Amino acid sequence: MPIKSVIEAVREAMYEEMTRDPRVFVLGEDVGKRGGVFLATQGFLEAFGEARVIDTPLAESAIAGIALGAALQGQRPIAEIEFADFVWPAVNQVIGEAARLRYGSRGQAHLPMVVRMPYGGGIRGGLYHSQSVEAFFAHVPGLKVVTPATPYDAKGLLKAAIRDEDPVVFLEHKKTYRLVRGEVPAEEYVLPIGVADVKREGTTLTCITYGLMLHYCLEAAQTVAQEGISVEVIDLRTVRPLDTQAILDSVRKTSRALVVYEDNKMLGVGAEVAAVIAEEAFDSLDAPVTRLAGPEVPAMPFAPTLESVFMLNPEKIAEGMRKVARY
Amino acid sequence: MPTPRTSGGAERFELNAGRLDLSPEDMLEMYSTMVLVRALDERIWLMNRQGKAAIVASCQGHEAAQLGAVWAMRQAPSAAYFPYYRDMALAIGLGVTPKETMLGFLAKEGERHSGARQFGLQGIRPDLKLFNNSNVVSTQIPHAVGYALGCKLSREPAAVITCFGDGGASQGDCHEGMNFAAVHKLPVIFFCENNRYAISVPLHKQMAVEHVADRAPGYGMAGVIVDGTDILATYQATQKAVQRALRGEGPTLLEAKVERYLPHTSDDDDTRYRPREEVQEARKHDPLRLFRELLLGKGILTEALDQRFQQQAKAEVNEATEFAEQAPYPEPDDFYEHVYGRV
Repeated sequence: MPIKSVIEAVREAMYEEMTRDPRVFVLGEDVGKRGGVFLATQGFLEAFGEARVIDTPLAESAIAGIALGAALQGQRPIAEIEFADFVWPAVNQVIGEAARLRYGSRGQAHLPMVVRMPYGGGIRGGLYHSQSVEAFFAHVPGLKVVTPATPYDAKGLLKAAIRDEDPVVFLEHKKTYRLVRGEVPAEEYVLPIGVADVKREGTTLTCITYGLMLHYCLEAAQTVAQEGISVEVIDLRTVRPLDTQAILDSVRKTSRALVVYEDNKMLGVGAEVAAVIAEEAFDSLDAPVTRLAGPEVPAMPFAPTLESVFMLNPEKIAEGMRKVARY
Repeated sequence: MPTPRTSGGAERFELNAGRLDLSPEDMLEMYSTMVLVRALDERIWLMNRQGKAAIVASCQGHEAAQLGAVWAMRQAPSAAYFPYYRDMALAIGLGVTPKETMLGFLAKEGERHSGARQFGLQGIRPDLKLFNNSNVVSTQIPHAVGYALGCKLSREPAAVITCFGDGGASQGDCHEGMNFAAVHKLPVIFFCENNRYAISVPLHKQMAVEHVADRAPGYGMAGVIVDGTDILATYQATQKAVQRALRGEGPTLLEAKVERYLPHTSDDDDTRYRPREEVQEARKHDPLRLFRELLLGKGILTEALDQRFQQQAKAEVNEATEFAEQAPYPEPDDFYEHVYGRV
C-alpha cells in the first residue's frame, strides 16, 4: 500500500471528490496559485480552474457565509480557514447560521458544506497559530466535528465530510501534516463519521484521545507496555457525534480511563468523555476517570521553553498512564 | 441629460414614466397587494397587543419599497430572496398567503417556513426560493452572495436580492459580502431599506456618510438611491438592477429611502427616542396613500374599486385570523428531528 502524509491524504481526498462531483469546489485564502499555505490545494487551480478554486479576500465570515449560500443553491463547498486561530470572525456563520439552518427550517433545507481548518500546536506557532478550537464547535448540535490523526483516517473521513448532507467542521492537526505518514489504499474508500477506532488493544486501562495526541499516546503506551501496563488506545476520530459506545465498551473491559487532549482541560472534549464514563460506566471503574490536558492559560506561548510547558508529550502521558494503572 | 448623483457618487434614481412597462392591471394588482399587506400588518400588530402574537416587526412604511422590488425580481428567469425580518410585504408579493403568515405570527401548526420553530415568516420556503433563516442582522448578506456564486458556477441565469436595514449596513458581513460580490461580478441586488433608525439609534450615529449607497463606488459597484415610498420608482430602479445582474455586469447597492411608522418591533417603545412630530411627518409620506392618489389621479383606480379592494383585504385578513386562531399549536412530535439528515 502506498505511504502518504496527512497533507497528501487531505489533498487526495479533495482532488478525488472534485473530480467525481462538479458541485464540489474550494474557497479560501491563498487556495489558488499558492495552493494553500500548507499546500492542501496544490495543483488544484491548474486541474479545476479559477471558477472552482476560489482565492477569497481576507474575510473569514464571508468565506463561511458564502459557502453556506452556495450550499443552499445546490453546490458542495469546501471552505478553508487558513488557521483555526482565524476562525473566530466566522463563528457566527458556522455556529449561529449553518448549524441551525436545517432545524430552523424544519428540514426544508440543509447544508452540504465542509469548513476545513488546520489546528493545534507544537509547531512554534505562538498564541495565534496553535489554538485548539474543537470544543467550541463540538458543543453545537447541528454540526459534525471531525478530528482525524492518520493519513488513512484523514482521507476517508474528509471524503465522507464532503459527501455529508450537513455542515462538517473538519480539523486537521497541522503538526501531523508532514510528521505523520501511513498507508493509504490506492483504491476508493470512505470512512463513516462518528465512529471511533481502537488504535491499540490493551487490558490495563483505556486511553481515549484524538488528533496529534493519538501519536503521543501510542508512543507512551509502547513505553509503559515494557513495565507491564497494557493500554488500549481509542482514537475518537470524530468529536461530534461522539462514539460513546466505543468508549464505554473499552472502559467496561479495562476498568480504568485516561482521557488525553491538547486543548485546555476545562470544558474540553475530554471533560465530556469523562462525564459519559462517569454516568454510564461508574460500576465498572477501578480508578477515577482522569483527564490529562492542556493548561488553563489563554493560548500556547511562542518560546520553546514555554511551548513545551503547554504541550503534552509522550513522557507526560506515560506518567499519567502509570498513575491511573497504579491507583 | 447627465445622471443626477449625490456628492458621494451614488445615482439618484428618478422614475422614467415613458419607460414604465406596467399595465393598469399590473398597477392595480400592486395596489391591491399593498392594501392587503397594510391590513394584515395592522391586524398582526393588534393581535400582539391582544397577547396572541408574541412578537412582530411591522413593515408599515416599507411596503412600496418591498413590493416594487419583488415585482421587478419576479421578472428574472430565476430569482432568489434573502430578506430580513421586516419584509412581510416582500413575502406577500412573492406569494406567501395571509393564512400562512398568520399561522407564523401565532406560532401554529401548519406554518410553512419553520414549522413554527421561528418567529413569523422566518425560515425557508424552497418553493419560493425565499430564505429568511436568521434574526442576526446581515448574516443573510453573505448567504445571498454565496447563492449567486452557486448560480454562476452552475451557469443559471439568476438574480438574487438581499434586504437589510440601515442598521444592518454597519455589520462586517455586509461589507464582506458586498466586496466579494463586486470582485466576482455576481448577480446580487443589495437592497437597503433605510428608515434612518437602528432600533433607537439614528442614522447620524450609525454612519458619517449621508447615504448608504454612497459606499457603492468604494466597492466598485453601482450605487443607486430611490424614493422607497414610491412603488413605481422602486420597481423601475430594481428592474434596472436586475437587468444589470442578468447581463453579468455585477451587483447593485440599491438604497430605498423609507419610513418606519411603528416602533422597531412590538417589544419596543419608540416614544423614548423618537419625537411624535417626526412620526406624524413620516406618515405624510404614506406609500399606500401616495399610490392610491396617483392611481386615482390617473383614473386607473376608482373610489368604488378601492372600496372593493379594502373589503376584500379585510375579508381575507379576517379569514386568515380565524383560521390561525383555530389552528392548534404544533405538537412536539418532531422536536428532535431535523438536527441532522437521516443517516
